Amino acid sequence: MTAKDAPRPHRRLAGKRLVTVAIFTISVGLIAVGISVGEPAEVLQKAVNICLECIGIG
Amino acid sequence: MKQGTRHLIQALAALAQNPHLGNFITGRIHQGPSKRLCVPGLNCYSCPGAAGACPIGSLQAVIGGRTRSVSYYVAGTVLLFGVLFGRLICGFLCPFGFVQDLLHKIPSPKPSPPRRLDRTLRWGKYVSLAAVLLLPALVKDAFGIGDPFFCKYVCPAGTLEGGLPLLATNEALRAAARFLFSWKLGLLVLVIAWSVLMYRPFCKYLCPLGAIYGLLNRFSVYQMGVNKSACIHCGRCEKACKMGVDVTGNINSAECIRCGACKAACPTGAIWSGFFKDEKTAVNPSQTPPSSGPSVGRD
Repeated sequence: MTAKDAPRPHRRLAGKRLVTVAIFTISVGLIAVGISVGEPAEVLQKAVNICLECIGIG
Repeated sequence: MKQGTRHLIQALAALAQNPHLGNFITGRIHQGPSKRLCVPGLNCYSCPGAAGACPIGSLQAVIGGRTRSVSYYVAGTVLLFGVLFGRLICGFLCPFGFVQDLLHKIPSPKPSPPRRLDRTLRWGKYVSLAAVLLLPALVKDAFGIGDPFFCKYVCPAGTLEGGLPLLATNEALRAAARFLFSWKLGLLVLVIAWSVLMYRPFCKYLCPLGAIYGLLNRFSVYQMGVNKSACIHCGRCEKACKMGVDVTGNINSAECIRCGACKAACPTGAIWSGFFKDEKTAVNPSQTPPSSGPSVGRD
């Protein structure tokens, strides 16, 4: 049986799984790109200092 | 799962994300390397106890930075959390969600807003998300730096977890507090009062992180579902759901925080949940509804 012949709920499930795998792959790829351009250091820089905006000072 | 067990997990998750309790007395914040990692829930990185970075604060800091207007690492981390757990994070891991859960336990009248108003207000979290993603990139100062608008003008978690403990222990910060702090304190008081009367108003109407995770609920590795052949349409699940989800119609709705109240209320065990489960693997075809059972009508 080909994917086209499969019952509709099964095709829907297969499509959903494909989207899940795609989002997972994209997220891992984005993390890798972010690490390669030094984004975690920017996050660290912001997070280790008191964020005056966050606490309502300025 | 009993709601008491969920609250215990929530308390442990809040503690795991804020283990530096001594800082609440000294008025300092943790400055270790763990702060380069984003935590899954809304947890201000200026909270004295915080071990990691708030994903929404980090997203805005990077987008509003001088070097770039796009975030890869933080966006990827949030997407990864979302595709693995969906809003299970809201129900089990978010410290500010836990605070709202506890506030709602305070005895008081619990009025429901008109359905139409409730539906309209739920779009608010997507407006918040748009503001988080766009404003810091589009509105920059002369130095090319964009404000973290959501953190600065809205986020009550920042005021509760960061603002109040730091101002309580730091005289210089107290002296610097002006109208903005009063505004944010007012918003926090409003959210606290609202949370006593209504279940998780911030999560329903304002949280940009909940909006992202909600959009991923349908595709997350953690899934919930209803075995239609075992469902007796008693309506107990929808009565138990405090987020107003149409459980039998769309259980993986963007509003579901996966708290499990519907599953616990189901008399026939028709609701399933878990990682790597779907209609095909979770449902036993031989499972049929019991011949008799109490019927509870919907309101």
